[in-house]
Order: sequence, then C-alpha cells, then structure tokens
Amino acid sequence: MNSGKDRTKQTKFLVLGILSYLPASTQNNIVAFKPYEQPVPGSLLKFKMVPVPQGEFSLGSPATEMHRHSDEGPQHKVGVSAFWIGVYEVTRDEFDVFLKDETTSQNSDVDAVTRPSPQYIDFSLGMGKEGGFPANSMSQYCALMYCKWLYQKTGIFYRLPSEAEWEYACRAGSNTAYYYGNDAGKMKDYAWFKENSDDKFHKVGQKLPNAWGIYDMLGNVMEWTLDHYEGDYYQHINNQEKDPLEKPNESVYPKSLKGGGYDTEADALRSATRFKSDPSWNRRDPQIPKSKWWLTDAAAVGFRIVRPLQQPTPEQAEAFFKTYLSQ
Amino acid sequence: MNNDAYLNSRRKFVKQTATLAGAMMAAPLLSNANFFSGSDDAIKIVLIGCGGRGTGAAMQALMSKQNVQLVAMADAFRDNLDRCLNNLIKTAESSGNKAIKDRITVPEERKFTGFDAYLKAIPLADVVILATPPGFRPIHFDEAIKQNKHVFMEKPVATDPAGVQKVLATAAIAKQKKLNVVVGLQRRYQNSYRELFKRKDEIGDIVSAQAWWNNDGVWVRPRKPEQTEMEYQMRNWYYFVWLCGDHITEQHIHNLDVINWFKEGYPVKAQGMGGRQVRKGKDNGEIFDHHYVEFEYADGSLLNSQCRHIPGTMSRVDELLVGTKGRIRCGAGRITDAKGNTIYQFDRKTENNPYQTEHDELFAAIAKGEYQFADAERGAKSTMTSILGRMATYSGQVIEWDKALNSGLDLHPKVYDFAATPPVLPNADGFYPVAIPGVTKYS
Repeated sequence: MNSGKDRTKQTKFLVLGILSYLPASTQNNIVAFKPYEQPVPGSLLKFKMVPVPQGEFSLGSPATEMHRHSDEGPQHKVGVSAFWIGVYEVTRDEFDVFLKDETTSQNSDVDAVTRPSPQYIDFSLGMGKEGGFPANSMSQYCALMYCKWLYQKTGIFYRLPSEAEWEYACRAGSNTAYYYGNDAGKMKDYAWFKENSDDKFHKVGQKLPNAWGIYDMLGNVMEWTLDHYEGDYYQHINNQEKDPLEKPNESVYPKSLKGGGYDTEADALRSATRFKSDPSWNRRDPQIPKSKWWLTDAAAVGFRIVRPLQQPTPEQAEAFFKTYLSQ
Repeated sequence: MNNDAYLNSRRKFVKQTATLAGAMMAAPLLSNANFFSGSDDAIKIVLIGCGGRGTGAAMQALMSKQNVQLVAMADAFRDNLDRCLNNLIKTAESSGNKAIKDRITVPEERKFTGFDAYLKAIPLADVVILATPPGFRPIHFDEAIKQNKHVFMEKPVATDPAGVQKVLATAAIAKQKKLNVVVGLQRRYQNSYRELFKRKDEIGDIVSAQAWWNNDGVWVRPRKPEQTEMEYQMRNWYYFVWLCGDHITEQHIHNLDVINWFKEGYPVKAQGMGGRQVRKGKDNGEIFDHHYVEFEYADGSLLNSQCRHIPGTMSRVDELLVGTKGRIRCGAGRITDAKGNTIYQFDRKTENNPYQTEHDELFAAIAKGEYQFADAERGAKSTMTSILGRMATYSGQVIEWDKALNSGLDLHPKVYDFAATPPVLPNADGFYPVAIPGVTKYS
C-alpha cells in the first residue's frame, strides 16, 4: 500500500499525463464549446453532449450530511477542467452499433479495438433494449472499449468521467445532498430508484434533469468512472487540486461508480455517494477466466461518457487506452 | 446393505464404497486414493476436460468448504490443460485464500493428454469432474462409475440416444454403488428456482409451458492448416452434432430441464421446425441456428420451446409455466394468479451462486459420507428431451420418445484418434452436410 503522500504524487502525475494534455493539436480544440450531437458511426443514431465549463466545487459531502459514508470525506475544493458530458446514459441502441460492428474484430487478444464476446444470456433481463434504454451489465473495460471504438471511428477522444468530473457535472452548482435539494421525498421526480422503478431500469431522459440539463445522473443505472476505488482517497486530496483522479490499480477490483441504480435506496442516491465494484458482480459467470466484458450480477450498472475540451494528442490518447485496457 | 456403520468418516466411506462396489461388480478395482495425498482427509478431484467451464467447475470444487485437492488433469490437448492450470492458479491467488492455491497439486506426471487421458486420470480421484464436450460424457461417466468414483458432470450428458442409454445404465449402477452424482443443471441448485418449485401448486395443474434460449450464439474456432479433420472438429466442437448435440442440446437443455422438473415428467413426443438462416459458414459445421419445438407430455400438456443463435434478434433466456390458477415466471422469480397479480415474488437479495452451490452440496455430502445425489438419470432424460427436439427439427416429423430413445442412433466415430476419420466430413468446398427437414431421417 502506498502512503497517502506517494499516492497524491502519483495521482498528480497521472492527472498531468492523461487528463490535462498540453498542448493539443487536433482540430477538435477549435470547435465551439456548446451543446452538440455526435453521430454514432455506422448508424443514424446521435447522442447529445453538453458543455461543462471549467470550475471549482466541493468534492464529497459535509460531515453533517444525512446518511453520509466515511469515504465521502473530508470535503475538498477541487478544480475541474472543461469537458462535455453525455446528456443521457449511453443507450443500448448506441452500444449495439458497437456490438454489431462487423468491421471490428470480436473478443480479440491482439487487436487494439475489439468488440465484446456475444452476451451468453440476455443481460438486459427483459428490462428493455431498443428505443432508449440504458446499456447495462458491462465491465469498466467494456465501457472503455466502447470509448476507444468511438475514438477510432470519429477521431474524437471520449472516455469515462473521473469521479470528480462526474460529481461536478452531477451537482451542477448545487451543494445539497441531491442536485435538486435535500428532500429525498422529491426523488421520484428526478430519478428511477428502488421506490419507483418497479425493479427495472427505464428509458433515459424521462425524469427531470439537473441545472445543467443532464438527465438520470442519479438512479436508473449507476455509472462507471475512471477511478480506482480507494476508501480513503479523499483524505489525500489537497484543496484546490486540479482534476484529481485515483490512478488505475493492477487489480480489476474495485473501481469507482457513481449515481446509484434503479435498485438503490434514496439515501444512497446522493451526489456524493461512492460505489465500488466487487467480484460478486460476476459471480454467476460459470467459466474461468470469467468474461472481461459482461457482469452476470450487475444489471444496474451502466455508464456515461465525457469528451475533454483539451483533447489529447493521438500518442496521449493511445497511452491512455493502453493504460486502462491492458489490465 | 446397512450404510450406517461407515458414515463416521468420509475416507472410510470412500474406501468402503469402493470395496462394496468391487464386490458387487466382481471387479475389485479399489480406489488407490490415498496414494497421492499428503493428507488423509483430503477429497481428491481430477478434472477431465480443461476448457473454460471445466476450469470454473474445478475452482468451484476447490472453493467448497471441504478439504478438496486437485491432483490430476486430463484433456485432449496439452495447451488447454496448461491454460487451465495457469488460470486456476491465478484465480486461486486472486481469491486471497492461500489454502486454495495449496490445494492445486498437479505435477507433470499427473497431466494427461489425448483421447485416452481420462483413463489415466480417473484412478487418482475420489471425485471426478467431467467437463469435456458432451459427446464424451457417456464413456467418461461409465469409466468413473466403474472405478467407484463420485462424479460432478456438466450437462448435457450425451449427444445421441445410444449415449443417453449408456448414461442411464451407468446411472443405475452408480445408484447401486451409492456414488454421488451431480449434473450441472444449475437451476436445480438455484435458490429462486427452488423457492418457485416449492410453491408450484399455487398455480394449479400445469397445462402449458414456454422455454426460451435466444441469444447471439457462441464462439467459433477457425480451422488451422496443420490440423487433421479430427483435431479441427475437436477444437471447434460446438458446431458438430456428435460432440455438441447442437445448441438445443448444449444450451437449451437448461430450460427444457426446468419444465421437466416442474412437470415431474418427460415429454412423450415432439414435433417442430428449425434450420440455418444466418450461421452457415464453413466454420459453422452442421448445426442449426434456430429450433422451435412443440413437446407433448403424457397428460396432453404442451411445452413450446424456442432456441435461437442469431445476432440482432430478440434475446431471451427464460421459462414460463402456465397453470389452471396462475403462472410461474422463472426469470422474474415471480408467481402470478390468473389475472396477473403477483402472489409470490422471490427476493433477489437471497439469490445464490448455483454453480458454487452444486459443489458445496456435493462435497459436503461426500465429506460426511452421505449418499445424497443421483442426478444422472434425470440429467440423461433431460438430455434426451433436447435430443428428441433436435430429431424433430432435423427431420420435420413427429418423433416419439420411446422410439427415439430405443432407436440405437449412435453418432460417434468407431475410433478415437486424431488421425481417424470423424463421423461427418466436409464436401470439396469445405461445407458440411446439414439436416434437411422432410428429407433427413432421425439424426
């Protein structure tokens, strides 16, 4: 185990190395920083991205917040660079374009971009696929491979958000327990969760968005972040730190997720709640090695993607995917 | 024979079972199980079939709470065996339980490869795990029971009626010998299904049922130039009926078995349709990509069964039982009344990992010296159900259970050797003959 100081250093190094690429030379840097629609290559589908301006916010929850867990603090004011974020969770329709892309190899050990192996069973479990339901039951690796596929097809670098980016976008300027306030009783207007979901996820975008126009940040499917999960991570962050990130760890578990899912109780749907992946999420995969793509027991897991305003160079992007997809 | 006298220790049980069996069979093949173990309490397992599922099964055995030791491995191919052992060690290491890794003791002299590898491995076992392609199950099961071993075997347990008959005969001997046999039809070991089964009378008499295994399909292993035809078929085994049984047998058996379980019986006849619509390349051998079968039980009730391996189509893996008073929705873990109101909902938080439970229960019974599991007969009959369905879709005819089971149909090669000729061969263009409904007779 690294000491906190070492970890902070490594975290910073990674931030410099991966998130805040300077300078960038692609055309993507000169696009207007405003909402846009990204066509999904090889399909008629588009997904919406909204800009999230750079800024500062308090990461984590105050010690006084109801239902708070120790891993949410202490709160730190941190800086976040500008990025776009998906207005909605990645849908199954979008994800299926990747799954069915015949021009990309399937489950290859040697190709840089490869598609998941076929789903052994229907991991949507009858909750819905076509027409705007969220993609679900995939590993962080699988979600990141989708990003890499998008990058290869569009030339635009997409990735998962860091925990800090996710929470900054979710809060949208709020510092209350939920992005709309502190009243769990109003949750049903904003989220699909244990009380109102009928034990299944729903089409994205049916509830009220946050102040920045982002839907389903809380509930529906919980969302992968880039960070390796460390319970004491926030203890090692410095005030004013820019773009904090817990670097990838050699072990697959646990990674950090945010936002909770359709089966999450209201008190765990707070903006600050952190979730961690666990081997039990794939316990019913009967094979060894277990699938690196699919989770047999994590139906409420999905993801949302971001696009950093400061795009990396091709070399930096490759290095990023190599780091995260070589585990 | 009174079993009580030797229920005290498992070791004693294993030995005495063997002695008893030897006496009964007039073939005194005693287990020499003690020979390889440093610990007399260890239950020694050997793994026959080192693919992904065999590796998983071996790890689940090792993860059971008993002192299980993996002492030997067998596979047709050395690379499979090496990959499996490597994955087992890696998985054991990542489990954080050092004892698990120490239970894997497979030195070079206990790694066996080739078609006859099982013959060398089985003598070293107390419990044999059979996880090769299903075509080999009848001969492997027969050998394990001959040698008085307890067995965990994956489903299906055969690919043709002759194989089913052989397994049924062996199952009877296993029963006589009181050897525990668990078959990997894991829904039988899954909490939600067990709870639904307990409550099945709440829906009245079951008058019809539906079963689905519709998904995208599975892997393909392309031919390599250096392979003999036999090696190619062994590597790409999913696409050859003598090895796999077609996907209605290899996969859909799960769903068919659930209906048989809840119906407490087996179909008497079947008719249906199927074919190859999209999966018809040279590497797709001879199996269909879809089957739809109407099975009829003795009481006249019907099971409509569909299985499909076609990407981009509706995916569903589930079972539904329709009764006079309500319905059992297996996937949802729910029982509804005739109007659709929920009268029972299984609590997902209490779901188990049935693959692990299979092994936990088997090895607990063996450790206690108890005889509890005789899955082989029902495993064979649910395998036969799936074969009946395949015979119906391949032929396009009504196929009756008794006639099919007694047909003597045997798809297996005369000789098992990599230089031998397999039972089905490609034409000059590299394509294999495929069943044609209306033309194909039974097969």
